[in-house]
Amino acid sequence: MSGGQEIILEFELHAAIFDVAGEASSKIKRVLQQIGVRADVIRRIAISAYEGEMNTIIHSLGGTMRVVIFPERTEIILEDIGPGIADINLAMQEGYSTAPDYVREMGFGAGMGLPNMARCTDKFDIQSAVGVGTKIMMVVFH
Amino acid sequence: MKLLKVQEVLDAEVVGGLEWIDREVETVCGADLMSDVLAFTKESTLLLTGLTNIQVVRTAEMSDLVGIVFVRGKRPSPELIELARMKNIPLLVTQHSLFESCGRLYSNDLKSCDLL
Repeated sequence: MSGGQEIILEFELHAAIFDVAGEASSKIKRVLQQIGVRADVIRRIAISAYEGEMNTIIHSLGGTMRVVIFPERTEIILEDIGPGIADINLAMQEGYSTAPDYVREMGFGAGMGLPNMARCTDKFDIQSAVGVGTKIMMVVFH
Repeated sequence: MKLLKVQEVLDAEVVGGLEWIDREVETVCGADLMSDVLAFTKESTLLLTGLTNIQVVRTAEMSDLVGIVFVRGKRPSPELIELARMKNIPLLVTQHSLFESCGRLYSNDLKSCDLL
């Protein structure tokens, strides 16, 4: 731990509300810029957060994103209530998606979200229970 | 290449962020799939797209893109233009197709964003 120097940001994410989708990730990006984290690191955090935010809005019934910014790392915890993921290995494969057509028309739902989150982060953990929800924990070192 | 030159090469109209027309474009990505843009672009990439929903601006914001060109004469909504203004993202509209636009920029020595 870092002796209370961390910044905590918490966001409610609502299912299928797309006009504000990305607001949470945008706020996270601004805070990281204000405290002077390196631009390439911010970019990886912002992309991971945004993919997670979109996933929650697209697939779940609603959830939260909790971000803890330490001096040397940022942690992102996404937790949702929803259908869950039956086969996580399958969901982690590039190109696999269960997103509906209207999401694909927005340029998402191509099965790139989870693999991209894993690629952009230093630690990535996903747990899911069918009919209950999904929890994703990510860490990016600054 | 500066955005100003991109505007000329694509016969494009600037519909937002004229004050950033001097920005340097290093690489280009033509895509309607924002997931691919998030996964494969790097900063200072110019996005050419036929999509005009608000998530295009969000994607550009998160990926530190240098600007967005809407192809085939597609015009973004006032809401999209306003969001892009707040995020300092310049917007151009060209009547040319995605293929034609990419071809013109490639012929002017702009290269693809790194896919690896």
